[in-house]
Amino acid sequence: MTTFLGMPALPAFGSGNLFAGESFPKAAHRELGNAQLRANLGHATHTIRDKRQAVVSELPDWEQLRDAGSAIKESVMARLPELLEEFEKNFTARGGVIHWARDAREANEIVAGLVRETGETEVVKVKSMATQEIGLNEYLEEQGIEAFETDLAELIVQLDRDKPSHILVPAIHKNRTEIRDIFLREMPGADQALTNDPPVLAMAAREHLRRKFLTAKVAVSGANFAIADSGTLAVVESEGNGRMCLTLPETLITVMGIEKLLPTWQDLEVFMQLLPRSSTGERMNPYTSLWTGVMEGDGPQNVHLVLLDNGRSAALADEMGRSALHCIRCSACMNVCPVYERTGGHAYGSTYPGPIGAILSPLLTGIEAEENNSLPYASSLCGACYDACPVKINIPDILVHLRSVDVDSKRGARKVPSQMDVGMKAASWALSSGKHLGLVEKGLPLGRLAAGRDKKIKKLPGIAGGWTQSRDIPAPPAQSFRDWWAKEHKSAAPSQAAPSRDDKEIQQ
Amino acid sequence: MRIALFATCIVDAMYPATAKATVRILERLGHEVVFPGGQACCGQMHVNSGYLKEAVPVVANHVAAFDTADYDVAVAPSGSCVASVKHQHPMVARSCGDTALEARATAVGAKTYELSELLVDVLGVTDAGAQLGSYFPHRVTYHPSCHGMRLLRLGDRQSRLLRTVQGIDLADLPEADQCCGFGGTFSMKNADVSSAMLQDKAANVEATGAELCTGGDASCLMHIGGGLSRQGSSTTTLHLAEILASTMEEPASVTGEVRVSTGKALR
Repeated sequence: MTTFLGMPALPAFGSGNLFAGESFPKAAHRELGNAQLRANLGHATHTIRDKRQAVVSELPDWEQLRDAGSAIKESVMARLPELLEEFEKNFTARGGVIHWARDAREANEIVAGLVRETGETEVVKVKSMATQEIGLNEYLEEQGIEAFETDLAELIVQLDRDKPSHILVPAIHKNRTEIRDIFLREMPGADQALTNDPPVLAMAAREHLRRKFLTAKVAVSGANFAIADSGTLAVVESEGNGRMCLTLPETLITVMGIEKLLPTWQDLEVFMQLLPRSSTGERMNPYTSLWTGVMEGDGPQNVHLVLLDNGRSAALADEMGRSALHCIRCSACMNVCPVYERTGGHAYGSTYPGPIGAILSPLLTGIEAEENNSLPYASSLCGACYDACPVKINIPDILVHLRSVDVDSKRGARKVPSQMDVGMKAASWALSSGKHLGLVEKGLPLGRLAAGRDKKIKKLPGIAGGWTQSRDIPAPPAQSFRDWWAKEHKSAAPSQAAPSRDDKEIQQ
Repeated sequence: MRIALFATCIVDAMYPATAKATVRILERLGHEVVFPGGQACCGQMHVNSGYLKEAVPVVANHVAAFDTADYDVAVAPSGSCVASVKHQHPMVARSCGDTALEARATAVGAKTYELSELLVDVLGVTDAGAQLGSYFPHRVTYHPSCHGMRLLRLGDRQSRLLRTVQGIDLADLPEADQCCGFGGTFSMKNADVSSAMLQDKAANVEATGAELCTGGDASCLMHIGGGLSRQGSSTTTLHLAEILASTMEEPASVTGEVRVSTGKALR
């Protein structure tokens, strides 16, 4: 192949907290052993799932809203470069400063540089998935800058030096007694008589945070939406801590994935209905903050935006997978996912857990990244996520697509083919002709033999052993349906039993 | 009506009684059933495991077996396999750039129905007891399988039919819409998670006090039944078709573990 001069290089894959440290089955095995985690998760996901269902059912035009959200996002993906330039122009014209970051390292360096310019060594943070993704807090710490999370759940996770396990409810894996213990241990000056009553815990966090809000000169946030035709950024939240960070400090640095754009103000209307209902199960979120560049004498006077790629261009280049970028981080998919409900978010390794993480992480890093190639298999393809997704991301189809990319990437690469490769090849032969399947079925009596007297097969070899770990297989029948049919119809209508036309076609 | 039966590989090899029951129901309604002998499998296992290349001959075989004007509609006693025929076959054909196969697969998909869909939408069955003579005096609970529910949008067609079976005591399954955890090779690749999902499903089935759990997909029933069996439960599974085919004169046998061949009782 000839390379043309000036042809852009292939889009770079992402870096940062997008990689699983171990395979999903291995991590899931460990997490499944944590009974407390499973109980907490089961309770929390069921509560939020029911709440969401109730508020979604109220809207007669919910399906049309989903269609609208999906269509808007599709148009954004189709003309992303143009919209990004339009946004840059409008944001800059109103006094904001734009920075472009290809990956996690560049984004971290830009943010650290901007903080350093202010001379400050402390920043307050609004909950942000983008900064989790690039590992900003850890990077800032290395640079001698302390970042304080102000979202209650993020604060809990940060104090415990743990990792978030859910997009919306980062501390979903912890119950209130565990939280009280963390506060007592890690919060300077915490009241030793602290109870595990939620309002008491919230007040303790509030007191702890208030000092930070009133002294911080720099805030770091993410953004839920960016509106191209006005150059406006939006943050949607429940607690009001975000608004404190977005209005009190002198400098505001926002890190946002490039896919978060919306073309016009009018488009925001659709998402302001879709997001809160899908996410917290509320009709409307309590706080929506919007800012357009700098307003003299009001709010931060140094306003920066870091536009983050980190693998998004690569995901956009994947025709089948690109709609994963429609994601508005509502977390509805993980709240309905039977796999997530049992393993929790840490099993997925990456910042993005659950069904969306199982497609988004490998798309951002490339499926070839060994750490992430087990993620697309972390689903029974039950489809609950697709039904719940407010922007109609067909997660099951993208999972299947990524599995095929994974399988294809390994074709011929192994010296010894895997059991799965061998099995699939053999099954392809057996299942691609009625005659072949008929032949295989002649071996069914062998299975009856293996089943023994109780007519159950209790142990299978190799990868099939996963099945018999907790399930029996019934003894196969003495006769397949095919054979029974052929026998029944032999005398009556022999032609029906002879599949000559079909089988001939296949043999060609 | 001339109806082509797609038995599906698992029913053909493991649960022939389900296919025989399907034939009985359709013949009882006065229709002619044909069995295209070239058929084997829908290829869903290959597609869902990412082996698209290996799925191509399986899909091509299914299309060849059913790509004929020799029948009016095709039916399968499996929502998941019908969903595969309708949704995955054109996609597999596209993946190998075979536009002719894609067009033929789409045409086959348009003529293929899941059993309850065919009975309710095409053959006008509203009362299984009255129209099919269905009689099944047992306490039963019903699991709606994911692909029937979410890909085919079967809605309450299956449970509506069940409710009209004479003598049946249909108990609501808690968390019925939750996946049983089978997911094809998912149950092997992620055996631990699959087992955890199965445990909850089995516990919910047991909580209903039903003698057996029914549904429209042999694979999910094999999974649920396999879990119940391993836990030493006396509750078993039975395909919806066998309950609909059961009559006062020829009752479906429900004793023993998973019934595999009840040829005598059926014919």
